[in-house]
Amino acid sequence: MQDKLIARAKELLAEGKVQKVVGWKKGLFEDDITPAVFSSAEELDKDFVFNKYCAANLSKYLVGITRKIEIAKSTTRMNNTMAKQRDPNAQDAPIPQEHVLVFLKPNDTYSFTQLLKENRITRDDVYAIGVPCQDTLDGGDVCETCKNKKPVSCDELIGVEADVTPVESTRMAEVAKIEAMTADERDSFWKNEFSRCLRCNACRDICPACTCEKCVFDNNKLYTSQKVAQTNFEESLFHIIRAWHVAGRCTDCGECSRVCPQNIPLYLLNRKFIKDINEIYGDYQAGADMESKPAMLTFNAEGDPETTIVWDRSHDKEAE
Amino acid sequence: MLSITADKIDSLFELIGTKQPLYLPVDNNTGKADFKKWEKGVKLSSNLKTVRSAKDFFFPKTEHMVSYTMKGKEITMEDPRKELEDFVVFGVRPCDAVGFTVIDNVYLHMNPVDSYYKNRRDHGTVITLACNEPAKTCFCSTYGIDASLDTDKNGSKGDVSCWLADGKYFFEANTDKGKKFVEAAKSALADGDAKAVEAAKKDIKDKTEKLPFAHLDLSKFQGKDMLKIFNSKVWDKVSEACLGCGTCTYVCPTCMCFDVRDFDTGTDKGIRQIRCWDSCMYNDFTQMAAENPRHTQKERSRQRFMHKLMYYPMAHEGLFSCVGCGRCLESCPVNMNIVKVIKAVQETDDIGGDK
Repeated sequence: MQDKLIARAKELLAEGKVQKVVGWKKGLFEDDITPAVFSSAEELDKDFVFNKYCAANLSKYLVGITRKIEIAKSTTRMNNTMAKQRDPNAQDAPIPQEHVLVFLKPNDTYSFTQLLKENRITRDDVYAIGVPCQDTLDGGDVCETCKNKKPVSCDELIGVEADVTPVESTRMAEVAKIEAMTADERDSFWKNEFSRCLRCNACRDICPACTCEKCVFDNNKLYTSQKVAQTNFEESLFHIIRAWHVAGRCTDCGECSRVCPQNIPLYLLNRKFIKDINEIYGDYQAGADMESKPAMLTFNAEGDPETTIVWDRSHDKEAE
Repeated sequence: MLSITADKIDSLFELIGTKQPLYLPVDNNTGKADFKKWEKGVKLSSNLKTVRSAKDFFFPKTEHMVSYTMKGKEITMEDPRKELEDFVVFGVRPCDAVGFTVIDNVYLHMNPVDSYYKNRRDHGTVITLACNEPAKTCFCSTYGIDASLDTDKNGSKGDVSCWLADGKYFFEANTDKGKKFVEAAKSALADGDAKAVEAAKKDIKDKTEKLPFAHLDLSKFQGKDMLKIFNSKVWDKVSEACLGCGTCTYVCPTCMCFDVRDFDTGTDKGIRQIRCWDSCMYNDFTQMAAENPRHTQKERSRQRFMHKLMYYPMAHEGLFSCVGCGRCLESCPVNMNIVKVIKAVQETDDIGGDK
């Protein structure tokens, strides 16, 4: 598969269809692979790798890369306009054209699509190739219960089928287990998990749904800017606020848990939101297509239950 | 040499831990280890490394520095520094112990002395534990650190050296604080044949010599080519994937930058001033009133590696501010790390050097 991907990337480079390739680069060992940008056949031959350790979701890198491409275009356009004002006969400089090839595993294509939907990536700048998850890719629970197996928004596919019927997923089993806990049990479960948190921000910075220019937790003009916990349980506030912020936008790619140096099962927070959204507003899968309206932006006073956390939980209890 | 059989080590912990705070590497529910305070039932981890380094004991992630309150025109200041209880940290790896030396150079041996750091340093007894099973990500020997605790270059031995050999833990005091510890532990210890320790040392040395990065080539980092390395094109590539998250700096035993923050306590115009770890990976690091000299992640990544491999050794007699613990190799979300940087700099052709 690796050879196929390299061959196709070289072809697209040679045809001039793309100028850059976003892929995975060999590391010091078999398993420490780094996302990288390749721009020549030599570089691809030397360092491009595709194996079961290529877990990294490359979609988020496209935000920065396509931004640069668009800035180059608009700068040239502006310069052309200004040149015309000085001299009406001035020749337009050609608008620079650049395209980037990206390899996306099925689950990664959901992040890609979600970013397209949120206008964070310019679609025309990207040539997306869907590739299979290498069979033995070990992403733990996130992989085992993955629902996003049908590649979406790709220009072409290599080694992966276009139309996969999602297998009945047990991805909410862990969430249901935590829901079934008493409030105290749940509190101590999360306190134990969060007690290990370093607040290193890896979960936020790897997250394809976290693309704010300036994160609320980094903004020194706001009281929320914190490298320091003010209370013992502050780490949980960070994680809960983060989970709220990506609610309805999280595609369940699992990168937050994968990169956590302390193995905190952060995906469970996001899945809780996914579960709630599905139960309250009907099935919704972020990043599944370009057409469906975002779940959290389509409240309908006629049909949707106007639920709140407090109301909903007490209502459940009464029903029991 | 004084020793205790491995299955009795809990009785030693109990003897020490009931008298003063004792910290040791303990497994958490994910099988990884972190330093935890000993209490009955707490078991020593068999993991080689803790996720967080041992620097936390002397340079905690957050530290309360001072509080102010104002009533009318009266300003009262409260210094939260108290007389600390003496504490013991057991199971510090030799690389982490050298990490303390790296921080000491800045916070203890320069003017002014960091009194918060000194306070903790004075009260902590460090017991280093030799590394019977070094990992493939370890490269302490590149910096001349001896994982077998045979030599004491750079201070890797701590106050007490400890070896696990032939089913026993052996102890050897290196400092006065160390002697005090051994004295206090004496009733739990028995004489043991130190031959086993010698065999263990040799075994560890053989193993470290066989590690993939046992002796990385550092010839370009000898204080000559600073500007050439600084201006090298290599940084564009090595910083490409960096997310700017700061994980590497937080798990690093030698990263010691901090930020200072004021918090409004809400009463009597009170201010609580705290210092907390900062990271050169963050976009507000070195943010000044008018400008930030490091605009992109390239400049930030360069700062981190240049500091560890050039600036620090130039200021501190050639001592590198990296101890080869390998935590950044294991924790980086995108697997970028200092070994890859060293190799990339050594291989690039736009820097001179001995090669």
